[in-house]
Amino acid sequence: MSLTTIFMQLLSGFGQTCLIFFLVLLFSLPLGWLVYFGRASRFKPLSIFVKVYISIMRGTPLMLQLLMWYFGPFYLWKMNIGGGYKFFAIILGCSVNYAAYFAEIYRSGIEAIPKGQYEAAQMLGYRKAETFFHIIMPQVIKIVLPSVTNEVITLVKDTSLVYSVSYIEMFALAKQIAAAQTTIVPFLVAGAFYYVFNLLVAHGMGRIEKALSYYR
Amino acid sequence: MTKEKNPGKGTTVGENAGRSERKALLEICHARKCFGDNEVLHDVDVTVHEGEIVSIIGRSGSGKTTLLRCATLLETIDGGDIIYMGETAVTARFGAIHFAPKETMRRIKDCYGMVFQNFNLFPHWNVLRNITDAPLRVQKREKEEVYAEARELLRKMGLADKEKAYPCELSGGQCQRVAIARALAMNPKILFFDEPTSALDPELTAEVLKVIKSLAEEHMTMVIVTHEMQFARDISDRVIFMDQGVIAIEGSPEEVFSAGNPRMREFLGRYSAEGALQQ
Ligand SMILES: Nc1ncnc2c1ncn2[C@@H]1O[C@H](COP(=O)(O)OP(=O)(O)OP(=O)(O)O)[C@@H](O)[C@H]1O
Ligand SMILES: [Mg+2]
Repeated sequence: MSLTTIFMQLLSGFGQTCLIFFLVLLFSLPLGWLVYFGRASRFKPLSIFVKVYISIMRGTPLMLQLLMWYFGPFYLWKMNIGGGYKFFAIILGCSVNYAAYFAEIYRSGIEAIPKGQYEAAQMLGYRKAETFFHIIMPQVIKIVLPSVTNEVITLVKDTSLVYSVSYIEMFALAKQIAAAQTTIVPFLVAGAFYYVFNLLVAHGMGRIEKALSYYR
Repeated sequence: MTKEKNPGKGTTVGENAGRSERKALLEICHARKCFGDNEVLHDVDVTVHEGEIVSIIGRSGSGKTTLLRCATLLETIDGGDIIYMGETAVTARFGAIHFAPKETMRRIKDCYGMVFQNFNLFPHWNVLRNITDAPLRVQKREKEEVYAEARELLRKMGLADKEKAYPCELSGGQCQRVAIARALAMNPKILFFDEPTSALDPELTAEVLKVIKSLAEEHMTMVIVTHEMQFARDISDRVIFMDQGVIAIEGSPEEVFSAGNPRMREFLGRYSAEGALQQ
């Protein structure tokens, strides 16, 4: 099998990789805020629940979590799941996992905002929500951007974990071709795909960081 | 250096007579404040009249900041009342605390502003946005009017060319003047300052004090916590010397600075010693 054929085949799987990546990012970034609010809630049962959730998400392998999301409904409740469920389970599993990490990153950013910002806002009569969305959150986003970039780069690589529930994307294809043709070339090509993708991600995030560097 | 001030609405009577007739903007009655077991304010009474400039002095830890924070409702008193323009904002009795209803509270909070020691400007907004955002978003005033007023304030602060600058591009003195403009843009009836120059070098201190003096000339009602003794003496109608959570002496600058109170002597003595060291 020629290099071009391998490249073309992996490219067809790369679309799935990208789809998973963007969907997970789309859901987990805002969900992270929700998780943060739950954790910061003064309603104790909620904040304790969210803390436990975060610690499980961070304390167990993502691959295991994906297996649980995918097989759980069947083994636990004998539910019969349709074909579309696999993709749903993947997006759900990755999103709630990454939301936990993002929530912790947001928290560190919010804790870095001086108390004086809240007091100045209160003195000027801003309501709590206005203070948060107009004054605190923009500053937090700038602070957490480097940490978020790290997570986003990890997510690019973590999309390969979905092979554990036999979802066909680029990495699963590379494994299939490698096994059938007894060659490691597909792995090298897949590696190049991830690498270039991450170069672009790092470049994009760098651009955003630069755009926000107009103030300190 | 005697200053002829004639605050209030065209009072021509003698100063003392005038003061009693003037409207009380702020009344703090029997205020108590505890942090845990530590009672930081004991039964403090302060009244600030329209047009009056009150300086609060005292050694570190005597409760000056706490008093200001209680007056501005950043902290909640554990006893006593805070009253603005005759309307009670907070009442605390026997551990029960009552706040004014929402509408009254909004009116009350609209009538004072505060300038902080470390400015607390919003770093992600430029100077003009820092000044105009609250009048637009909170007070919902007309855009053109707000911008015109902000530019006029910046001109008065000597910062006309800085409206596009971000706080990180300004000196401490410029930041503090922007913070003063930001507070003034809300058109407060009374302005609180907590050591507005303590974070600044001596030269920068002078430019901020100059701005506060110009406000005094316009009869802005101000309550100023400061360690600048000469400034307090020059600008104030009334000086309050706080000591260990109580008002130890209160009166005209002349009365307070020449008082025979040993604690006041000691306090001032330390200042002149420090001043001698600096020179
Ligand atoms: N948030 C707080 N929690 C506990 N104790 C506090 C708090 N704020 C102030 N205190 C205590 O209250 C006392 C008065 O503090 P305050 O800051 O009002 O003094 P100050 O007169 O403003 O001093 P300085 O001149 O140093 O600013 C101090 O003993 C301080 O330790
Ligand atoms: Mg203080």
